[in-house]
Amino acid sequence: MTEYHRPTSRADALAALAAGGPRARPLVGGTDLLVGLRHHHDAVDAFVDLKGVTDLPEPVVVTDDAVRIGPTFTMGELVGHPVVRAWFPALVEAALTVGSVAIRNRASLIGNSCNASPAADTAPPLLVHGARVTITSLDGDRTASLDEFFLGPRRTLCGPGELVTRLDLPRPAPGSGSAFRRLTRRRGVDLATVSVAARVGPDGGLVVGMGAVGPRPLRTEVPGPVDLTDDTSLDRALDELLAVATPITDVRGSREYRLATLRVLTKRAVLAAADRRDPREMAS
Amino acid sequence: MTSTARIPDHLDDDPLETVTLTVNGSQRTVAVPTHRTLLDGLRDEVGLPGTKSCCAEGECGACTVLLDGRAVNSCLVLCVEAEGHEVTTVEGLSADGLTDLQEEFLNAGAVQCGFCIPGQVVSAEYLLRTNPDPDEAQIREALSGNLCRCAGYQRIVRAVQATAARRSER
Repeated sequence: MTEYHRPTSRADALAALAAGGPRARPLVGGTDLLVGLRHHHDAVDAFVDLKGVTDLPEPVVVTDDAVRIGPTFTMGELVGHPVVRAWFPALVEAALTVGSVAIRNRASLIGNSCNASPAADTAPPLLVHGARVTITSLDGDRTASLDEFFLGPRRTLCGPGELVTRLDLPRPAPGSGSAFRRLTRRRGVDLATVSVAARVGPDGGLVVGMGAVGPRPLRTEVPGPVDLTDDTSLDRALDELLAVATPITDVRGSREYRLATLRVLTKRAVLAAADRRDPREMAS
Repeated sequence: MTSTARIPDHLDDDPLETVTLTVNGSQRTVAVPTHRTLLDGLRDEVGLPGTKSCCAEGECGACTVLLDGRAVNSCLVLCVEAEGHEVTTVEGLSADGLTDLQEEFLNAGAVQCGFCIPGQVVSAEYLLRTNPDPDEAQIREALSGNLCRCAGYQRIVRAVQATAARRSER
């Protein structure tokens, strides 16, 4: 039997989640949850719909040095947001690959992280942009980096009775750039075979986030500067960055295919990210 | 009530939720079990079969409706979530006869078996309302969540282009 709750306050939402235990699930877009329910991956005793809660953080708040995202911010709102587009192009590229227009009109960014698919499209760019999440329960708030948040396939730090109420993205330093690349079997409405986000920092250091090549989205970095014009130094950096990848063979690709394409995609993402660095900031 | 494929049977024990929503401009009240989708509510309770049930997991777009003016997959919205909201189905778009968009679908020969067309029309209408002058890439992107198994995509794109041109002349 399934119950549906439409709390209007954060306290009521947390109380409903706490009372329902592990089979009470927060609901925003439902684009993963309802599919999971239909395929029996998810057993749900209680839906706790967050869309009527009035005292959760705003969908999106821009400050001088960060963008703060609330639980109801959708992928559709994300891809149309001028500041997000300017500061986090890799995230926008990734969100544009999620499902379709109709999916993006419902799916929430925080929900995509909480679902914790190893292939979650927005996870690699959020990892390279240093996202932090705030996890709230009746006992109060705690924060964690997104890298700490992902524990394994569909497992996160957010446990029963808890809710991710906020995701913070620090404004990228001047002179950095980011890009996202993804391989799928077909365009649109398909899960990633391999996905990569890359960020080149002002010092020429590289940060890479990877999807579908491990039990959870992965983040690695090499300190700068890396000379991207020199094949040998770029190859050495790629060796170091990709050492953590442990893809499996499944319906979307073999382990060998994923490793081979991961290297190609990472190189492309790194070079595209470097191209987006603000040239005025690179003169020094 | 017609059963949607692959819903676990034990969920039919769910309590009935009374949901009041606006469908195509009229207020409707339906009673549905919690897990039932907006798609189920529209087809089985409100009696509007224009919205099609196909993949039931947000892949094919046959169930696309406008929820508060935004295109969504009605198979991925619980009916209870629509409480107090406005839904427009393909029937609501054409309450006064065929729309210009539907006429252009026919003119372009874009309708083959027809099953995907309600979803295509709703998605295309949403595109044209949010972007009255889309280029071909934008049309293809906007309709990428609507699969046509007859593969009539070229003519569907042409129908949308013709509608945009027609509306710009008004």
